[in-house]
Amino acid sequence: MGLMDLFKKKSSGDVAKDRLKLLLVSDRANCSPEVMEMIKNDIIAVISKYMDIDTEALNIQITQTESESNNGTVPALYANIPIKDMKHKPN
Amino acid sequence: MSEVIVITSGKGGVGKTTTTANVGTGLAQLNKKVVMIDTDIGLRNLDVVMGLENRIVYNLVDVIEGKCRLKQALIKDKKYPELCLLPSAQTRDKDAVTPEQMKELIEELRGEFDYILLDCPAGIEQGFKNAIAGADRALVVTTPEVSAVRDADRIIGLLEANEIGRIDLIVNRLRMDMVKRGDMMNVDDVTEILAVNLIGAVPDDEQIVVSTNQGEPLVGSSALAGQAYANISRRIIGEEVPFLDLEAKQGVFSKLKGLFGKN
Repeated sequence: MGLMDLFKKKSSGDVAKDRLKLLLVSDRANCSPEVMEMIKNDIIAVISKYMDIDTEALNIQITQTESESNNGTVPALYANIPIKDMKHKPN
Repeated sequence: MSEVIVITSGKGGVGKTTTTANVGTGLAQLNKKVVMIDTDIGLRNLDVVMGLENRIVYNLVDVIEGKCRLKQALIKDKKYPELCLLPSAQTRDKDAVTPEQMKELIEELRGEFDYILLDCPAGIEQGFKNAIAGADRALVVTTPEVSAVRDADRIIGLLEANEIGRIDLIVNRLRMDMVKRGDMMNVDDVTEILAVNLIGAVPDDEQIVVSTNQGEPLVGSSALAGQAYANISRRIIGEEVPFLDLEAKQGVFSKLKGLFGKN
């Protein structure tokens, strides 16, 4: 990384564009933050049965992904779930 | 064949009424017969922007309630006799009219005019539903701000759900100085995000305020925004018009002409 990059801040126009892109995907999918939170909690509940996961670092969001069948993009649920321990927990 | 166009945005204050006034006048300058309907019941504005506020006798609600004939409520423009305004009612509220009544009214106007422009109120409630009920196509107005673009996206979704045949985008109030330094989204950014056809980009122009003060639409003047609206009008009737270079500095001469208003 060059020295100049340290001083280069992302322009506010680009920030606006990035924020909108994310926001509109969830707007269009008609998915409220409350619903996202419920999905997140359910995912945690299911995966926790089988492994120890880092619930703090867990991140889920709706993004756009290339579609194979139709010539555009479709919304996709993206989840990043860091695993702390693979071992089965005793029930 | 007449075409019914709704001008809408979702968010308030992005320039729907100014766009309606300028596109309506622009189409009249192209020798089209045009009627503009102010569908914002309770908050009428198109009449003042057009400078016709002193000529109102009857309004949209009077026509719908049968208190007058349609012809009696239509106000002829000061400059263009082929341009008419059907003003909104100031003292009533949105549910004085239903979508079915709007459709009937529009059918009655179709025979008489080439273009029927509907100035839509802000929001997505009853007034919006009334305004889009009889529309063939839509002009969605937005500014390059997150709130306006988000609302425009919602509106586009609703227009598509209501099977509006054609949706075109107008990006209004562009400040090229801010775009240049990266502090405002540019036209391509907004068009890419909303994924609809761009029909015009209008720069933020002081002359718009001046023309609204005077009650005379700016379209057709040498001011950059006036040129932009003239181009939009030509694209609406199907002409291919290249987009203006909004970054080009205006010459001293056209600035002077702008100062004196007329040209």
